[in-house]
Amino acid sequence: MSDELLGFSCRQLRDEIAAGRTKSTDATGTVFTQIEKYDGQIGAFLSTFKQDALKRAKEIDEKIAKGQSVGALAGVPIAVKDNMCTTFGATTCGSKILENFHSPYNATVIEKLLAADAIIIGKTNLDEFAMGSSTENSGLKKTSNPWDKSRVPGGSSGGSAAAVAAQMCFAALGSDTGGSIRQPASFCGVVGLKPTYGRISRYGLVAYGSSLDQIGPLTKDIADCALLLNVIAGHDEKDSTSVDEKTAPMCDFLDGVGKEVKNLNIAVVPQLFEGADSEVIAAIKSAIEIYRKLGAEIVEIKMPHFEYAIAAYYLIATAEASSNLARYDGVHYGHRTKNAGDYIEVYTKSRAEALGTEVKRRIMLGTYALSSGYYDAYYLKALKVRNLIRSDFTAAFGKADCIMMPTSPTTAFKIGEKTADPLQMYLSDVYTIAVNLAGVPAISIPCGFDNKNLPIGLQIISPAFSEEKLFRIAGKFESQTDFHKKRPGL
Amino acid sequence: MTNSDYKVIVGLEIHVQLATRTKMFCGCELVFAGEPNSRVCPVCLGLPGALPVMNRQAVESAILTATALNCKIAEFTKWDRKSYYYPDLPKNYQISQYDLPIGSNGFIEIPIGGGATKKIRIRRVHLEEDAGKNIHAGSFSQVDLNRAGTPLMEIVTEPDINSAEEVRLLATELQRIVRFLGVSEADMQKGHMRFEPNVNLHIKKDGKEYKTPITEVKNLNSFKALEKSVAYEAQRQFDNFTERGEVMQSGNKKTFGWDDIKEVTVLQREKEEAHDYRYFPDPDLVPVVVDEKWLNEIKTRLCELPLKTQERFVTVYGLSDYDVSVLSADRATAEYFDSAVKAGGDAKRVCNLITQAGLKMANEKNCGVAQLGIEPARLAELAKMTDAGQISATAAVTIFGKMAESKEQPGKLAEKLELLQKSDAGELEKIVDEVIASNPQAVEDAKSGDKKSKKAHGFLMGQVMQKTKGTANPQVVAKILGAKLKV
Repeated sequence: MSDELLGFSCRQLRDEIAAGRTKSTDATGTVFTQIEKYDGQIGAFLSTFKQDALKRAKEIDEKIAKGQSVGALAGVPIAVKDNMCTTFGATTCGSKILENFHSPYNATVIEKLLAADAIIIGKTNLDEFAMGSSTENSGLKKTSNPWDKSRVPGGSSGGSAAAVAAQMCFAALGSDTGGSIRQPASFCGVVGLKPTYGRISRYGLVAYGSSLDQIGPLTKDIADCALLLNVIAGHDEKDSTSVDEKTAPMCDFLDGVGKEVKNLNIAVVPQLFEGADSEVIAAIKSAIEIYRKLGAEIVEIKMPHFEYAIAAYYLIATAEASSNLARYDGVHYGHRTKNAGDYIEVYTKSRAEALGTEVKRRIMLGTYALSSGYYDAYYLKALKVRNLIRSDFTAAFGKADCIMMPTSPTTAFKIGEKTADPLQMYLSDVYTIAVNLAGVPAISIPCGFDNKNLPIGLQIISPAFSEEKLFRIAGKFESQTDFHKKRPGL
Repeated sequence: MTNSDYKVIVGLEIHVQLATRTKMFCGCELVFAGEPNSRVCPVCLGLPGALPVMNRQAVESAILTATALNCKIAEFTKWDRKSYYYPDLPKNYQISQYDLPIGSNGFIEIPIGGGATKKIRIRRVHLEEDAGKNIHAGSFSQVDLNRAGTPLMEIVTEPDINSAEEVRLLATELQRIVRFLGVSEADMQKGHMRFEPNVNLHIKKDGKEYKTPITEVKNLNSFKALEKSVAYEAQRQFDNFTERGEVMQSGNKKTFGWDDIKEVTVLQREKEEAHDYRYFPDPDLVPVVVDEKWLNEIKTRLCELPLKTQERFVTVYGLSDYDVSVLSADRATAEYFDSAVKAGGDAKRVCNLITQAGLKMANEKNCGVAQLGIEPARLAELAKMTDAGQISATAAVTIFGKMAESKEQPGKLAEKLELLQKSDAGELEKIVDEVIASNPQAVEDAKSGDKKSKKAHGFLMGQVMQKTKGTANPQVVAKILGAKLKV
């Protein structure tokens, strides 16, 4: 029973619960049993809310028993990355500086999940302030990949990806600044969507790179991804960068899943296949071959500025981060040093004591890039590159409906393998970063396994605000394959 | 050396707190004071994940002001982050405007006496959020963030100001303008206007011109401190030049504070620190596009500026400088005066009623003259009655006071209070005859034509007034009396 239950998609579970055939309390209890059994080894969660979750589940069961209407995620246990503010539990961002920070308000996405009657069961581990590609930069916990516990789950939403893969929740929210949803989704064999910038409110998402950050779902399949997007997307007056309904009309994203895309044109960028592992390339090529056989036309294109994406990203994201993270100063909230002689030392020592190496590195980089005399050469130049990358995408979408490429050049790497060489770590985001710079949506879906039985992700990128079409395209592959149904042996 | 040997050069930065309903980037209501940290929310506290949302009213206020200051209004403007660490700045950056201010290249005209004006160029007008307040309590400090996020309009002039007096005139003129426009209460007591003058001297000596080091005086919040600190700095710089030959060099700009008690400037920073604010566009806010439609809509809220109003009052109505300065101190009073005149009241008469009766009452009630509750048309009626000799000028003041309370027509009030003047010549002649009959000595004196005559005239007049309980029209009585006492 519990295995069958854990295997449900969000839609199945929601329908079972809404119909009164399954109780949310049972689903929630089962999820906690799974967490208690396996999270000791995986380390996906920074905090869990068993008592509150079961209480809420009971309330929803009662609502259903009384015949009251319930939301789109009624009774479904969901995990959220610990960089989204919640009034319950701490909001740590995986950092010692916010280890005991309790937010007085909920992020907009949290409010939306709650309004949809979801059960938020816990908050997942991440690279500190979402800076990293392996979750090894968490200041609070190590997370392992459920497929091979000696390997990283990817990052920075590694906890969310691992939790979904290990069936410790039915879906999770992550955030993606340079690949932080898609790359861990790829490493953990789940579906991960980075929506169009502006599609989802960032209010209450602790900022890393504000012009790049976007919240998105990590799920077991594409329809669940669409279901979660239905719940969390939409304009928010609290976030000026969230797009109004005129620019991005809301629709039922689930509608598109399973529907045909007529005359599908897929762009591939041969130059980009060079840096990836041969097994990854093989899996991507055979995935594209499946599309071709189904009638899609494959167009080879060039994206001349793609290779500059990492350089531009590490100037723009770090510049924004250096400013966004200035508020963690020991004065108003968070860690405060016990050894300050004056207020300047409150700043310097609090930050020196509680921020991790990678966060400090990025703050330094960003501060440098914004300094007078360097601004034009670094930050401004990076913005120009960003525009060129945008125009690369515009040109590509003039020729094709979507672009396909690997999500990551490798499958999950060993814990500790890249920590000594930050640049190597940065390069693992080579395929995902450009997407954030362009602001367009992209999805990573399971498309195979390497010879170590590690999942491989196919990345599909589409024009801004075309998520509905993206689900259709991705759904086509999913309907023909079983990769998404495989679960790691824990 | 004498005064004429040097020229004072001053550029002024003014921060004006806008009278918007809410703060610059959040929904907290703008209310003065309150328990520390009681008027705050996640946004103005700079909590993790909170995002700013632009206050449209503040932007419109700044556009309106910049337009009134003859500025070019940016069609495209944006928000920038200015980074520096200070405990009263919760995000450790201030949202401000760097290279694309809302307004630029304008000017303000200031009255410099005798109806003359001087143009001071305005470099820029931009918007930003205010910081909180650090409260130092002995061995520790506390931070109150109630003020954090309050909308501030920063106005920067070119260094076109050439005396301490001109600095004050500019500041007071600006205060009048923002009040006329209704964009700020500009209440000095509440810190709604803060000034930072940059001062130096251009000195001519032995055919050469020398420039003294520029000093900036921080955070002045009264006109008096502003004027005195500039005068003090000019003198101090002149003394430093004559005694030590101190002249401007790269990097020797100094920052001073003002000691209000000793009335001296106090050195805060010796060398201009290499501040690097690392400005960059705030990615949490979208740029502001000011299209023609919006701009025109805002421009409909423009009004005649105080200086123009003042000029008109002098040239059209021939009022005195004092009267004009009172009437144009704020827009409501000026408009109130205008309306009463338009309703038929004589300008000078209406002006006298406002300055003599209105101001005193308004002060007592702590409101403006226009808020006393007397319709401009009623005020005009009162003025007309006075001019028609129906009531005396003194009675008019009394009636004015009652009008604020009873809302009755001035004519009714005059009747009720028995303040209507007797102007009927026949009736008054009888009384005059009675007085003449019963005061033969005075009549004789009056007719004598010598020194005693004037005094006797006054006495007889007084007798008439006594008999009529003060309601006789003195002009009519004087005429009758004069005819009867003619030798």
